[in-house]
Amino acid sequence: MEIEVRPGLIGARVQRLEDPRLLTGHGTYVDDLQLPGTLHLAFRRSDHGHARIIAIDTEEAAAMPGVAAVVTAADIADGVKPYRATSRMPDYHPTTLPVLAADKVRYVGEPVVAVLAENRYLAEDAAEQVAIDYDPLPTVIDPEAAAQPGAPVLHEEIGSNVILSRSFSRGDVEAALAGAPVRVAGRFRMHRKTPAAMENRAYLADYDQGRRALTLYSSTQVPGIVRDSLAEILDIPGNRLRVIAPDVGGGFGGKTPLYGEEVLVCHLARKLGRPVKWCADRLEDLTTTSQAFDEIVEAELACDGDGTILGLRAEVIGDIGAYSIYPYTAALEPVQVISFLPGPYRVPSYHGAVKGVATSKALTGAYRGVGRPISTFAMERLVDMAARELSLDPLEMRRRNMVRAEEFPYKTPVGLVWDRAGFMECLDGAAAAADYDGLRAEQARARADGRWFGIGLASYAELTGLGSRISAAPGMPVNTGTETASIRIDATGAVTAAFGIASHGQGLETTLAQVVAEELGVRVEDVEVVHGDSDAVAHSTGTYASRSTILAGGAATLSARALRQQVVEAAAHLLEAAQADIEVADGAIRVAGTDRAMSFPELAKAVFVEMGRLPRELREQVDLQVTKTYDPYFGTTAPATHLAVVEIDPETYRVAIRRYVVAEDCGRIINPMIADGQVHGGVAQGIGAALYEEVVYDDEGQILTASLVDYLVPTAAEIPEMEVLHLEIETEANIGGFRGLGEGGTIGAPAALANAVTDALAPLGIDIDELPVTPDRLFRLIREANKDEN
Amino acid sequence: MMRLPPGQRTRVTCTVNGQAHSGFAESRTLLSDFLRHELHLYGTHVGCEHGVCGACTVVLDGRLARSCATLAVQAEGAEITTVEGLAADEGLEPLRQAFSRHGALQCGFCTPGILASASHFLAARPDPTEAEVRDMLSGHLCRCTGYEGMVRAILEVARETTEGANQ
Repeated sequence: MEIEVRPGLIGARVQRLEDPRLLTGHGTYVDDLQLPGTLHLAFRRSDHGHARIIAIDTEEAAAMPGVAAVVTAADIADGVKPYRATSRMPDYHPTTLPVLAADKVRYVGEPVVAVLAENRYLAEDAAEQVAIDYDPLPTVIDPEAAAQPGAPVLHEEIGSNVILSRSFSRGDVEAALAGAPVRVAGRFRMHRKTPAAMENRAYLADYDQGRRALTLYSSTQVPGIVRDSLAEILDIPGNRLRVIAPDVGGGFGGKTPLYGEEVLVCHLARKLGRPVKWCADRLEDLTTTSQAFDEIVEAELACDGDGTILGLRAEVIGDIGAYSIYPYTAALEPVQVISFLPGPYRVPSYHGAVKGVATSKALTGAYRGVGRPISTFAMERLVDMAARELSLDPLEMRRRNMVRAEEFPYKTPVGLVWDRAGFMECLDGAAAAADYDGLRAEQARARADGRWFGIGLASYAELTGLGSRISAAPGMPVNTGTETASIRIDATGAVTAAFGIASHGQGLETTLAQVVAEELGVRVEDVEVVHGDSDAVAHSTGTYASRSTILAGGAATLSARALRQQVVEAAAHLLEAAQADIEVADGAIRVAGTDRAMSFPELAKAVFVEMGRLPRELREQVDLQVTKTYDPYFGTTAPATHLAVVEIDPETYRVAIRRYVVAEDCGRIINPMIADGQVHGGVAQGIGAALYEEVVYDDEGQILTASLVDYLVPTAAEIPEMEVLHLEIETEANIGGFRGLGEGGTIGAPAALANAVTDALAPLGIDIDELPVTPDRLFRLIREANKDEN
Repeated sequence: MMRLPPGQRTRVTCTVNGQAHSGFAESRTLLSDFLRHELHLYGTHVGCEHGVCGACTVVLDGRLARSCATLAVQAEGAEITTVEGLAADEGLEPLRQAFSRHGALQCGFCTPGILASASHFLAARPDPTEAEVRDMLSGHLCRCTGYEGMVRAILEVARETTEGANQ
């Protein structure tokens, strides 16, 4: 019998190390940082969707009390190099990103003039006095119209609003469709969302004139990318440029681009020799933080008489907003839609084509799920539509087409490879957990009573923890596939583990401490995790794309193992024992079966201070610090099935979620509480995307959802209790056996809810092909359906 | 009533977390900005400046208030409790522990306001239903957690407190 002397730290429901400070008001977010002499920045932003700038008059603003400077594009040309998101992707046209608009504005909220003053109130007062003379140009709002020849063009140098085109093909999809007994087609529209992290973006730049060194405190998810980008744009070497992301109040992708405001605070701090701070207000967040999920998918699915999928064809238009976002490019989301459209199914023939179209709206970028909430919505609707044509149950339709265990590794039609993961296990698990047959019986009773009661399934698979072989964005010249961990035991015996990732709510201080503690043999609370600091390691990017557990966890594993080996070597010498007999656990070093032991502080003293205790040759090998970089090379597959049960109120058209079940395979779990939280939070955002949230622009390019009164983030009254089934199916795709789970909740929920609402309204023959399915949309759909009937 | 011309600052004196504090405010200065920038109590967070998200919620003279939708001058002579004051209240340790055990917070930005509302709510409703807890929480936006951990944590604290009182 094996006795576990110590419960495994990986897999333990450890309370988060972050919590004590965050529960007592002692977190430190960027706006909490105070530097003496700080100047505060406010912007005068475009109030036009598309206009030429004729003249800017800053005289009155500059004379206002407390104003230190009023800055236009012309004033910063000397210190800020123009930048744009480049890509190796063919048929892509980059757009130069102005920090301040020079000749033209292309969306409402675009920064035009910056005002620096002694406090934010005074800076805003002065910004109001700036006079900008515009010559309005025709706005470009509808992405399909914008893609047509003859449409007004936002970027004249490109000559078209279509700034990227891409397609993937496998097999002869035309032949497959032509001969198929069953064909279903739809036009699926997801309306634009915004990440709406509770902390608005905030930046504070501090320039040390003596060292000519710049420190930027930024609410960013990617301090490494920001550091590397600013080094080029501002021409400062990395050893005099440091980007620190302190406590960050959520990101969800909205804090992954480099923003012009970040560039500007740095430039102005350097130019004026004073700290410069800018914190977005919610209006600025809702008008200028990157938005997402804005695609139209026209797709057709062909099946055999038994439901076997024969082919899939799709044309996608992505509304990318006014510019191609830096550094990911506007291809990030639209291309992901056609990459993941075939879903977790065997699709023998496929053609997917996408166009990314510039419009007079805020830029789009990463938002939790990136593209896959849209692709899953379209594909899962098609699968249900095909099942209906065939009179097959949606669950059975999925069973017949899902990639089976013996088919892994499975190459998808776009060349991605699904490694062994619990596709079918998630489908069956969700059905069993929900008592699917029982639910159908309940539905039959509800329908007999005339109630609108629906059950919706959605299955998907994603690739998480991408290694260097696959870029997080197509053709982007940034390495997103490696992570470095630098772990050391210092002269006091304390353990510090430094990472390039940047936790902004995910609890990575805790989960990475669990990994280091387990591998090194110390207690979780003894590990100080450093993250969110570009100085922590030589290269990093940050936290996004469900990568940090896999990549930073992998780097932590490699470094901690090597460090443990050093501890064992030194301790074997000091305790006069064989290395094989040295045990390291809970921060104590012991010789197995004896009472000979030493602590980490004693070991550290022997290595660093008490010269002579270790032979010189051994000291050269044992310096108690290890830095290792991990590259998973490919990615790790993470599948799930979501099941939603809804009932629609016939009076208010409110969609009430009666049950919500998630079965997901996230590989080895480090901390079940944190894993649950990632799923819960992701699903909540997916529910928002499906039922409530929509960024609305009018025909003039004015944003109508510019406050949280108008942009509806769901509350505790809308989000139901969820049943989450974690399937921990082993994977060898990465060193820790982890699968990413940060985004999945948001990927599955819109599709599951669209299918559930469609199922609820099946007696009326209504198909949900547009999200969010708000009470207003439902009212109109139901009125149309009743009209048709009469 | 005192009239302040635009731009002129006046002294505002109030009791915050049991201690007398004083600082300067213009007539337009928000209480949230006054707490943060005059009194250096950065635990109160500002998420929307419209009174929607609830992150800035404090206890003002025994009632909950959105400090972003309250003027600093309105707090003259008032008693205010912010998250820093709640942190010093050992009676709230079970609530904090329950939040931590149930994953009721992730990024922590909305947490100070939610702790203010939850502790105030539990004092008035020691044995609430889940629907009542959700109704109370619907005055706050959290983008990270999906609220489930908060609901569980608050119900657990209520149950333990009620059971303790009955014993």
